[in-house]
Amino acid sequence: MDNAIPATSLSHQSVTFAEGLPLDCGFHLAPVDVAYRTYGTLSPARDNAIVVCHALTGDQYVADPHPLTGKPGWWSRMVGPGLPIDTDRFFVICSNVLGGCMGTTGPRSPRTLPDGTQEPWGTDFPPITIRDMVRAQKLLVDHLGITRLLAVVGGSMGGMQVLEWAATYPGCVFAAMPIATSPFHSAQNIAFNEVSRQAIFADPQWHGGRYWECGEIPARGLAVARMMAHITYLSEAALTRKFGRRVRHEPGKGGAGGPGSLFGEMFEVESYLRHQGSTFVRRFDANSYLTITRAMDYFDLGAEHDGDMSHPFAGTRTRFCIVSFSSDWLFPTSQSRLLARALNRVAANVSFVEIESDKGHDAFLLDEPDFDRTIRGFLCGAAEHAGIA
Amino acid sequence: MRLDQRLIAGMIRPRTRVLDVGSGDGALLDYLFRNSGCDARGIEIDMKEVTRSVAHGLPVMHGDADHDLAHYPDNAFDYVVLQRTLQAVERPREVLRQMLRIGRYAIVSFPNFGHWRLRLQLLTRGRMPMTSVWSRPWYDTPNIHPCTILDFLTLCRDEGYGVQQWMAVDEDGERAPWRRSIRLANLFGEQALFLLRRKDGPRP
Repeated sequence: MDNAIPATSLSHQSVTFAEGLPLDCGFHLAPVDVAYRTYGTLSPARDNAIVVCHALTGDQYVADPHPLTGKPGWWSRMVGPGLPIDTDRFFVICSNVLGGCMGTTGPRSPRTLPDGTQEPWGTDFPPITIRDMVRAQKLLVDHLGITRLLAVVGGSMGGMQVLEWAATYPGCVFAAMPIATSPFHSAQNIAFNEVSRQAIFADPQWHGGRYWECGEIPARGLAVARMMAHITYLSEAALTRKFGRRVRHEPGKGGAGGPGSLFGEMFEVESYLRHQGSTFVRRFDANSYLTITRAMDYFDLGAEHDGDMSHPFAGTRTRFCIVSFSSDWLFPTSQSRLLARALNRVAANVSFVEIESDKGHDAFLLDEPDFDRTIRGFLCGAAEHAGIA
Repeated sequence: MRLDQRLIAGMIRPRTRVLDVGSGDGALLDYLFRNSGCDARGIEIDMKEVTRSVAHGLPVMHGDADHDLAHYPDNAFDYVVLQRTLQAVERPREVLRQMLRIGRYAIVSFPNFGHWRLRLQLLTRGRMPMTSVWSRPWYDTPNIHPCTILDFLTLCRDEGYGVQQWMAVDEDGERAPWRRSIRLANLFGEQALFLLRRKDGPRP
């Protein structure tokens, strides 16, 4: 595995909130930095802002090149001039989540110890929730002078944030678009996260989470976590279409030696996953991965309401558009339907679309024309109802 | 918009809350929002139509009359509309109950199985009738609960629904709607349209 140390010295556009943030766990985290990007222009009436929430391993670089990988932004096919989330019309804000590793306060951020010295939070970073992430985003939105968001949009864990936005700040969210997500993290998804975490813990370079002291990172464990998770983002049909059973012959590679040996040749799907794993460890922090996956595990809209997922939305005036994908088995349509019905119970304004796709959970990041039309149409409809020309 | 949809729109007061069950391409929703200022939402079973409606900015969710109405709270809407679908649902009586639980009024249209052409075909040929309205053979039709206008009135009486308005129209809407004799409507009307209210419900 590649042992490159992720660039901790990168500078990101960010704002510091010295007063910090009270967290759900009871800890008061201060100060809090929120790193963010904006696209488009805020209207004089400040009524055209859309918050885009990123997924587990995403970041604020929605639509411009990633500073570490140089790759296009993770939703650059969706956010931009003339695109479905049209930056000619809308002012788009995306921030790195609390607990992340791209400039917002997280486990890699420094803290000051009682003796005055500084070290990274590491595994001492307080447990956070999706709602804590949203609270940090609210600080940023307030800081930008915006009192009502036209829309909050996000997929996967981003969709969980969308739901927390609508539940926690109902008056601030005119329209909400939770995509490929769920009103609670299922046992299956907690199980997958646990395997990811155990892979990290099992890496000798994990060093109990204080890997920075040795100048190492648990690259192998984090890569295995990513490889496993990546399978859950795809579908059998997508894997078959992309790789089938094709084999790649790579002399000198594959560990156990040349032709005739057990691992002398490699299936293309193996090669692909290894590549996914090794590129991931260059840009992501293991402690962030642990902190954020745990926040996802805790997510349950009904937890504080005897399991009633509709309770947080009682009386809501937000327009919802729930989108799922037919081949997504990580956040299946059945979970989106539970959410839709919970919103029906409080007579909320809900659209609910399942997009036909064989690309699995990742479909929300990929080319799906029906999905593009759905986002564009819903946002245009929301803008019309909000009275924005 | 089809004639029966225009007639339905004419039954709905402006600036009310409307749920259109089986909203199709969303034409009625769009009309009600733009011309009547209604908060109009749809449920549609055909995903292509749902996607098309949402892509036009209309609030439509995927679902169907049999399974999704039960999740709405009492009195969530002023009107619940069911266009040309009652004969195709699994449990028509339960669907009507749900419509009049979540809405103050129900607007229901359905093809009339009492039409003279159907009666004549059954009488003379002794086989299941096939017309332009009832166009699919018995083994292939989604219309599993056909009824006549008189049948429907009996159900309304048994369930205690008040009939606020009724009319019978042609399939293609060429001629003006029937509104006078129920017996003649049951013979000559191809489509029936009813505005119902709960017996304990509000009077206009």
